Amino acid sequence: MSFIELKNIDVAYDGKKKILNNLCLDIEKGKFISLLGPSGCGKTTTLRVVAGFIEPNNGSFLLDGKDYTNVPIHKRNFGIVFQSYALFPHLTVAENVAFGLKMRKLAKDEIDRKVSEILKTVDLGELGGRYPRELSGGQRQRVALARALVVEPELLLLDEPLSNLDAKLRLKMRVEIRELQQKLGITTIFVTHDQEECFSISDKVAVMNGGIIEQYDTPEKIYMRPSTEFVARFVGFENFFPLEKREDGYYCGGVKFAIEHLPESCGDQPKGTIRPDDIVILDRPDADHNVIEGTVTVRTYLGKSYQYKVATPYGDLIANGPNTKTYAAGDRICLHLPAQKLVVV
Amino acid sequence: MKRKNYFLLAITVLVYFFIFAPLILIALTSFTTESYISFPPVGFSLKWYQNVFQNKTFMEAFQLSFLISTASTVIALLVGIPGAYALSRYNFKGKKFIKDLFFSPNMVPQVVCGFALFTFIIVRLRLNVRVALLVGLSISVVTYAFRIVGASIESLDYSIEEAGMSLGASRVTVFFKIVLPNISSGIVSAFLLAFINAFNNVPLTIFLSGPGVTTLPVAMMSYIEYNYDPTVSALSVLLMLMSFAVMLITEKLVKAGK
Repeated sequence: MSFIELKNIDVAYDGKKKILNNLCLDIEKGKFISLLGPSGCGKTTTLRVVAGFIEPNNGSFLLDGKDYTNVPIHKRNFGIVFQSYALFPHLTVAENVAFGLKMRKLAKDEIDRKVSEILKTVDLGELGGRYPRELSGGQRQRVALARALVVEPELLLLDEPLSNLDAKLRLKMRVEIRELQQKLGITTIFVTHDQEECFSISDKVAVMNGGIIEQYDTPEKIYMRPSTEFVARFVGFENFFPLEKREDGYYCGGVKFAIEHLPESCGDQPKGTIRPDDIVILDRPDADHNVIEGTVTVRTYLGKSYQYKVATPYGDLIANGPNTKTYAAGDRICLHLPAQKLVVV
Repeated sequence: MKRKNYFLLAITVLVYFFIFAPLILIALTSFTTESYISFPPVGFSLKWYQNVFQNKTFMEAFQLSFLISTASTVIALLVGIPGAYALSRYNFKGKKFIKDLFFSPNMVPQVVCGFALFTFIIVRLRLNVRVALLVGLSISVVTYAFRIVGASIESLDYSIEEAGMSLGASRVTVFFKIVLPNISSGIVSAFLLAFINAFNNVPLTIFLSGPGVTTLPVAMMSYIEYNYDPTVSALSVLLMLMSFAVMLITEKLVKAGK
């Protein structure tokens, strides 16, 4: 049994448009997981269901075996960091951080001790007396984090917390968040649309699309071996061509293709996919397997390489070739798709 | 560029002239020694001011106006604040209708409203004129409370309420500890506007004033029907000063709240 279990969650607005469709998600204790996807995919809705802001139409949410589906927000003991940080404008930094402790009716000296401790942890020891409007974006972010963490929540929920920061600060803050999360060992759900951001700090990533989870895996697996076409496109696979599944493997144009990592399952119409960078361009067919012939239609210069659009019997493919040997539009070339880089979706 | 600036200056001066010249005129006439309103004023005396305070009708009318305006403003806020909050934070059936209803008192001519209240509350229900005044003015100023407080609430990031709840505060606690302190300047402005409007209201109160029970603006109107002395000028100056004082205090309060 996982620490957190989302079981068959359905969310629909006005009983019509489905935002989440039979969504299931398990999270191990102490892990940092991300919900990744384009806007409108349901990632924020999932987070809001967990937070208690949205009541699912169907399904349940368990935490440590206890049913939390109908527990009101203020009794959940989760720390939430909002995209806008949502600091209380009328309270100082220290008062903001102390809010949750006051709601828990802790003694004043204990509150003071905990507040100054957590402010030190997030490097804001000196700024307790300031108001949120007097802080920079990065500092506000830290206050929001401190406020969420000081109550020792069972779960930390981060809703695109880095999207309002500039690029440099974003890199710094994401490492800081990960560091703090590991230090405290707190189970965390992170919502983002930034692939690099979530791959860099997550234990596991759930790629979402249209209200369902397309793939839930480690970042490495998602990057190297996406399991659906959507995930593949999301992580940079651009070439898709039809494969034929026979008993002894996958065939393309009547020839068996060598594929190192075969998928556990695939649909009725499997497709082979590969990144443009992973295709090797050859002048003539090799004895090797996995070759598709085609004609260059467009060549574009990318700086470190050339990119070719190649018309093949299986549709247009995009391949990147080295600067050392170039081809022109109209040239016949062979595209070698290495077995270890080829993915079936 | 320069010509444009002169043009702007001229317009500005004109606008200010039209706004302030009559007020200054009235202020000047209040110091005259003559027993009628004249310009330029003759001599200097404070006897018209003395007259205001010796006029029993004015003093009673002021008292009534002040009490009724304050009470109706408070009622308007007690209705308007939760109303505005509910309308901005919740979606429910008939939301638009209720919203329009809150705005409607300023669409219906106040004379009509006054007449309706007169026939219903005083003639039919035979209630006290003061009750009718309170109800009428509350209705006519609730829209200020509703609109100004509503704007404050709209501009407040809803996430901060969610943050409050996630930190263990119930909805009620969130409203008092987080929402109210952040819309306090809106509430103060709404109070000011509602109060001044209630205090100055003529079209409604003229229907609802009875023998011996009259609001200050109505008392002033009936006074100048029979007397053309500068007592009303003096009273006007005093009222201007009062409005000015209320405004200053509000501004201080709004600033302190920020």
